[in-house]
Amino acid sequence: MSVGIETNSWQIGEAGHCGSEVRSDARVRIEARDTGGIAIELESRVFPYYGDAIRRQAEGALEALGVEHARVEIHDEGALPFVLAARIEAAARRAGLGQGRRVLPDRVTLPEPFPRDRMRRSRLYVPGSEPKYFINAALHGADAIILDLEDSVHPNEKDAARLLVRNALRAVDFLRCERMVRINQLPLGLEDLEEIVPESPDLILIPKVETSDQILHAHQKIAEIKGNYGITRPIWLMPILESALGIEMAYDIATANKEIVALTIGLEDYTADLGVVKTATGAESLYARQRVVNAAHAAGVQAIDSVFGDVGDLEALRAWALKSRGLGFEGMGCVHPLQIAVIHQAFAPTAAEIEKARKIVAAYHEAQKKGLGVVSLGSKMIDSPVVRRALKLMVQAEAMGLLT
Amino acid sequence: MAILEKTELVRNAAGRLVPEIANRCPQIPYLGVGKYQPLGNKAAPPIRTAADYPNNGDKRVADLESALRKCGLRDGMIISSHHHLRDGDRVALMALEGAAKIGVKDLVWFPSASFPSQKGAIELMDSGVIDHIEGSMNGPLGDYCTQGKMRGMGVLRSHGGRWQAIQDGEVHIDIAVIAAPTADPFGNCDASHGKSACGSLGFALADSVYADHVIAVTDNLVPFPCVPWQIQGNNVDYVVAVDSIGDSAKIVSGTTQITRSPDRLRIAELIALFLRDAGIMRNGFSFQAGSGGIALAFVGYLKKMMKDAGVRARFVRGGSTKYLVELLDEGLTDYILDGQTFDLSGVQSMANNPRHIATSPFTSYNYHGKGNFASLVDAVVLGATEVDTDFNANVVTHSDGRLLHGIGGWQNCLAAGCTILAVPSFRDRIPVIVNQVTTLCGPGELIDVVVTERGIAINPRRQDLMEAVKSSKLPIRPLQEIKSEVERICGGMPQRPKRSDRAVAMVKWVDGTVLDSVWQVI
Repeated sequence: MSVGIETNSWQIGEAGHCGSEVRSDARVRIEARDTGGIAIELESRVFPYYGDAIRRQAEGALEALGVEHARVEIHDEGALPFVLAARIEAAARRAGLGQGRRVLPDRVTLPEPFPRDRMRRSRLYVPGSEPKYFINAALHGADAIILDLEDSVHPNEKDAARLLVRNALRAVDFLRCERMVRINQLPLGLEDLEEIVPESPDLILIPKVETSDQILHAHQKIAEIKGNYGITRPIWLMPILESALGIEMAYDIATANKEIVALTIGLEDYTADLGVVKTATGAESLYARQRVVNAAHAAGVQAIDSVFGDVGDLEALRAWALKSRGLGFEGMGCVHPLQIAVIHQAFAPTAAEIEKARKIVAAYHEAQKKGLGVVSLGSKMIDSPVVRRALKLMVQAEAMGLLT
Repeated sequence: MAILEKTELVRNAAGRLVPEIANRCPQIPYLGVGKYQPLGNKAAPPIRTAADYPNNGDKRVADLESALRKCGLRDGMIISSHHHLRDGDRVALMALEGAAKIGVKDLVWFPSASFPSQKGAIELMDSGVIDHIEGSMNGPLGDYCTQGKMRGMGVLRSHGGRWQAIQDGEVHIDIAVIAAPTADPFGNCDASHGKSACGSLGFALADSVYADHVIAVTDNLVPFPCVPWQIQGNNVDYVVAVDSIGDSAKIVSGTTQITRSPDRLRIAELIALFLRDAGIMRNGFSFQAGSGGIALAFVGYLKKMMKDAGVRARFVRGGSTKYLVELLDEGLTDYILDGQTFDLSGVQSMANNPRHIATSPFTSYNYHGKGNFASLVDAVVLGATEVDTDFNANVVTHSDGRLLHGIGGWQNCLAAGCTILAVPSFRDRIPVIVNQVTTLCGPGELIDVVVTERGIAINPRRQDLMEAVKSSKLPIRPLQEIKSEVERICGGMPQRPKRSDRAVAMVKWVDGTVLDSVWQVI
């Protein structure tokens, strides 16, 4: 072992959180030593139930990390096993131990990979350093869960959150939700990829993209790791445009790589870049949002809107989301599960739209049957783009369970 | 310090070990739902003569201590109090501390519920003034009991079970001390008015009728008549005026808050959807829900569904909150039949709206009544600390054996047409669905549906409910399947916490038989 230069200044690493307000997390403190084996002090809210299991898990984890001599304090607030594993690994690394080794929890079975044009109406942001939100995140019916390593994680916590998110990707059953991760801005994001990509997330959001080079850089890294681990599942990309320059480069970015399935916009940073106030009506960002929609459609990828930050005002969210759909966006981000149903309703085709599309599609099939090149409904001729839109709308309505 | 008597244990019909004798009284082990049918006449207080009471109706006494002396307080007596003032109550402790000053010992405190702010009772138990508590114990009092420090054995009863015990003579109250937000010198009492208004006094009704002596304590003395008189002065011996009967901030909360926890909201929404899709939510139906975060959110979801479907309830049962009051005010229910009020809206509505009716455990819950409102309710939503795969449930102890809640009306509400337990599938890594509940409070045959954030489990005994929701989109799953999923998440089945084999309290069933024991925690 290379640590412990002086007998009275051992390397110490701490990770995680404890306290009466903390739930589903643990604070782990590891003090590296030269001799004496492993000494574990455990305090746990669930001690009568899982005290033995926690101790066994900690011993196993330290062994896997190659830690032979250390004083370990665990203050547990009901952390699930995958969380505890991440906290022990983070504390060990911070103590300069276990470098190059991992403690990986069991893997859940993943659903079939999702197609590139999968429905992405809602994506629920979950802060990567708050394990209590992970386990039930998928129960609320969002199309996707985003485990966030970027803005919701304090700069000092990036290394620990990365391990937590990695373990969550392995151990948490996200049901039919697309498993997305928002990495940090490059180059820090490249370190995130090292831990995240081996766990086959379905999609990676790359923040603050301003050039197509950034996409290529990230993609190269992803391809390299996928190759190393023999991963064949697709890992889609969603660049986030959050600056005036990024918006101007929208089409270039959207076409930078074939793994890109959607383009989205970050309005907090964008309005900051412009030096304007972000309003509930979004007049200040109308151009940027329309630009994103246009570039995305030109590139053949989905246009996805930003998040709506005021969790308390579901009516304002509804208004925003309806307008957003009207502009051509196909979905939004969510910062609270309560927003999901509102967004799904807003992005759903209306009954009148479905009825109209149903008639057009029926007329189209009728024309096909008769071998007619021209589709007509009553006395009106229907253009082929209108038919295509109606077909797409019916597929959407079917996927949203709106057809009875 | 504990001098609990050694008692023989027997196995009751639910397979639970329970004491045969407790507090020197023989006990009847639980026999099954509706099996125990005692004979004989109901208990009664001693005959009184109006000639012994002042003709001018002025029963005032200078202070509570003097009133207790006049009631003939002596060692071993049973003193009762009610909990309508909740955590703000000052009267129960005032009475017990008054008794301590008089110098008596070995009292039994018989509250309709105790609250953490009454932890002063611990000193009185340490010093021998109080032998034991028969009533809910939680917080510091619960810990004191489960640590084995109480001299006698604690007795936990439901609100209805308390009435049953008074009526069949199992508990004979020597002195009832009734905190009254308004009273007149004759002893008429009311809780809908006054600076300490708390709504109703239903929990004190049996005490006023059956106790040997009744003392009313008020901080709002009005000239005769006090109207309405929820407690009749004709049952009251003495009236004591004090500066304050309680801390009004803790008596009712100004507002009750709906939970913002996504998991709890999901549970609440699933319950409302279940009632809708099972066809229980229909014109003229009824339901009961408590004051917890899930229950309040459930009322919100149900309200919207009732509006959308144009459905109106005949009655809803409180604990009332502003959310139930809104249903009444918006014409979505004809009546609120209210056992207790949880917030200011409830208190004001009960005082002002003739369709908001105060009820008591006699009308709602009493085993010795000729029927009960509780069994007329179509659906009730309750909480639980644990539930087992046969739908048996625990509501009083934490999984480690510590007392956490009283039974309240919980056991009585199991009589509803559809009893729904709203529980998260795990708390702090501790699974809520277990092989065997730590303390049995509700037999599984009375529990119909368990709703967790991971799905809805219907008791296989209720094939009718299974059938009713067969074609719905609800996530109906076997309870065992949810249990297994949670155990996978939590890293296996938990260890069984260690406990001693010494019973420190017993849980009574609604009929007075002993359903289970609470064991000393080690």
